Amino acid sequence: MKIGVVTFPGSLDDVDAQRAVRLGGHEAVALWHGEHDLRGVDAVVLPGGFSYGDYLRCGAISRFSPVMAEVIEAAHRGMPVLGICNGFQILCESHLLPGALIRNDHRKFVCRDQRLRIENTSTPWTSSYDEGAEVTIVLKNGEGGFVADAETLDRLEGEGRVVARYLEVNPNGSMRDIAGITNERGNVVGLMPHPEHSVEELTGSGADGLGFFTSLAAAVLA
Amino acid sequence: MPRVVVDVMPKPEILDPQGKAVLGALPRLGFSGVTDVRQGKRFELEFAGELTEEILGEVRQMAETLLSNPVIEDFTVSVETPVASVEGLE
Repeated sequence: MKIGVVTFPGSLDDVDAQRAVRLGGHEAVALWHGEHDLRGVDAVVLPGGFSYGDYLRCGAISRFSPVMAEVIEAAHRGMPVLGICNGFQILCESHLLPGALIRNDHRKFVCRDQRLRIENTSTPWTSSYDEGAEVTIVLKNGEGGFVADAETLDRLEGEGRVVARYLEVNPNGSMRDIAGITNERGNVVGLMPHPEHSVEELTGSGADGLGFFTSLAAAVLA
Repeated sequence: MPRVVVDVMPKPEILDPQGKAVLGALPRLGFSGVTDVRQGKRFELEFAGELTEEILGEVRQMAETLLSNPVIEDFTVSVETPVASVEGLE
């Protein structure tokens, strides 16, 4: 499959995301924030980083970039979209996902190997995990606190739309330990930890993140 | 030149870590008596012509779509009366 990875001004992890896409068995296609063009890709990854320097609010300016107009339209048609960290922030600002991400409650940047539980394995990004699988994935953020009103949180939990939850330590003050969520349709996933950094045994904490990039084929062909 | 001010504040129920950091710093500087600090943003929008209701409506749209995130922030729009520039000061 062809998976597009968008580069915004200030994206940091776009090249790692492209590499993870290739390790997952797919063709990585570089997409540019300034173009109204998805280059015929089957899915899109919005990578981590500090697009537009996090000015105004994280993701607030990227959300109005030309490529995002295409991503939003494609997401509404059902195209799988994965937003990692800054990408998650952009998805919330785009209203493709509910809630918002605010500064970590302890006010410090956090960088750690984070234990997570994968709670929803029906999305195109998580189908290769076993439900309830406990994994370790790199986490690094300054504004990763997931917030939403109680009604929204209840709905996310009630509809099984919490994709991943923090285990052992809540690293950023996210409400109900939420690390990742999906939209109603299940094709758009936002995740604060960085699976693209956890794809090889040689580096980092292991390869537990690879599943996010291998899930896709099975899900889309199904 | 007419100026429209948009003030954006985190909603009361949203944790404001930056405000908390400022609150924590004040006593260290010898300032006491402050019980809470909330930190927001102020946008000053300059317009060339006269302000109309239509323009103010547009400003509210700007505030809703870009300047604030209604999920976590509230905003207010106000018009600042231009002070006649005092000769010699500028």
